[in-house]
Amino acid sequence: MKSEANIAVIQVERPAEPGALSNALAFGWRAVLKFKHVPEQLFDLVMTPLMFTLLFTFVFGGALAGSTDSYVQFFVPGILVQTVVFNSVYSGMGLSTDLGKGLFDRFRSLPIWSLAPFAGLMVGDVLRHLIASLIILSIGMLLGYRPGAGFAGVLAALALLIVIGFGVGWVFLVLGLVMRTPNTVMTMAFTGIMPLVFASNIMVDPGTMPGWLRAFVDVNPVSLMTTAMRGLMNGGVTGTELGLALLAPALLTALLAPVTLWLYRRR
Amino acid sequence: MQTMPDSHPPAVEARDLVKTFGALRAVDGIDLDVPRGTIFGILGPNGAGKTTLLRMLATLLKPDAGSARVMGHDLVSASHEVRKSIAMTGQFASLDEDLTGRENLMLLAKLWGFRGRARARADQLLEVFELADAARRQVKDYSGGMRRKLDIAASLIVTPSILFLDEPTTGLDPNARKSVWRMIRALTGEGVTILLTTQYLEEADQLAARIAVIDHGRKIAEGTSRELKAATGSGFLHVTLTDPARIAAAAQLLEQTLGGEAQRNAEGAVLSIKANSPHEANAALATLAAAGISIEGFSMAAPSLDEVFFALTGHGAESTPATGEPK
Repeated sequence: MKSEANIAVIQVERPAEPGALSNALAFGWRAVLKFKHVPEQLFDLVMTPLMFTLLFTFVFGGALAGSTDSYVQFFVPGILVQTVVFNSVYSGMGLSTDLGKGLFDRFRSLPIWSLAPFAGLMVGDVLRHLIASLIILSIGMLLGYRPGAGFAGVLAALALLIVIGFGVGWVFLVLGLVMRTPNTVMTMAFTGIMPLVFASNIMVDPGTMPGWLRAFVDVNPVSLMTTAMRGLMNGGVTGTELGLALLAPALLTALLAPVTLWLYRRR
Repeated sequence: MQTMPDSHPPAVEARDLVKTFGALRAVDGIDLDVPRGTIFGILGPNGAGKTTLLRMLATLLKPDAGSARVMGHDLVSASHEVRKSIAMTGQFASLDEDLTGRENLMLLAKLWGFRGRARARADQLLEVFELADAARRQVKDYSGGMRRKLDIAASLIVTPSILFLDEPTTGLDPNARKSVWRMIRALTGEGVTILLTTQYLEEADQLAARIAVIDHGRKIAEGTSRELKAATGSGFLHVTLTDPARIAAAAQLLEQTLGGEAQRNAEGAVLSIKANSPHEANAALATLAAAGISIEGFSMAAPSLDEVFFALTGHGAESTPATGEPK
């Protein structure tokens, strides 16, 4: 503080109160800055699905599908679902970190649209999902994956992935608001995610599984999402498949968005 | 409470505010009247409920009972209006560690509606707060003093009518503390009302026109610094005995000469007692010498927070156990 006279200099006329969209864009800008300053988060986002892709393709691929080439064709759409579901956890962890550091106290004491910080998280999510999916898809293509439905199919698949990430993200935002530390959020999240991802049709055709497990795998939302992703990318998707894939994201949003807002406003 | 619109309502007008966390009554029925344009201090030990009180007034916590108006706006029913007139700098820097100092201020400037002028506004504040050189560094590389300055700058993007400062100088070195004090005084010169909490009597004494003393969620005293000291005595005499075994006899003699109650410090051989003047203190020391109680040393000092507390409550300002207040 240079001198008392300078304090007078910092007085300004108040600008007009900005609208909700302007608030949301400001938080979106923050999400983009995070990518600039913490590029290593991309490493976290991509390493797990990358390892899965390489391991499953080369170690199990031949045994599971006859050849690595045909396995990659089966596996890539599913690993994209897994990538997005895993990465949705980051928003919840980020929210928990921000809450723990008192950053949200500042935001909550500002006269802004109270949901604008969440809009910022969503922008970060969409960016994360897009970047991670594109990297994994490129690696898949290097390993020999060819999307039978072409460019349009891939675009539609990316759109579906973002919807999936949006829907699943609510679960972890709720965890982020309820749990005290980002690590608890992560532990809780992966405890729930692991069975859903492994007891699905991402890695193997459920045809060889015992009947009771197949009953679960067939209705597992992750399987439904994977089926639609395969249809979109490899061709032959049906409206029913798309509808079933969108069911869980739609239900989660309808149920958990209000819960998230209630938890946030109640704090 | 008066609900008629008033052209000059007090900055803060709180009635019987209560906030409980489980079984703990963190704030247990506090009334507060903060006049406009003044510095008002809330003094109390850790866990007394200062932060909870401030967080309620800053709309971060909903009161469980009672009501309050901030700059004439009801805390609960007009919280958006309240938020337009306040700014809060919490005890822990509310900054994004990953972003640079400039980006932190730009984010807030955008949220206040500066749009294209956000960067200019951020740079202006960085300049005044002598952080221009660190503008491009991530906040995680800032020192404690720099963070505090940036955090206060973040509260001044638009000049608030009332600024809440939660322990603004805790953890700062003496230079940084003095510079925060200067800035707080300068802000009142600009018409900003300041409500600050502190654990340091000296800080409240230096800055605040009025002081409320809080203990266990209740207001136990309020007044000017002079009024509080009148209750406590203008000074304290501290006597260190050569022989701790004579402490009871020494305490009795001091109490007889000076009146009031002698406080035994934990170390065993030190007594503290209210003394209204050096003359009185001198007389009391003479009685010790006459009784053959030798002393290792003595000092006269302004009352500490502990001594104010002792005078007001009969117990020291020991921190109450962790309150489990949500962050």
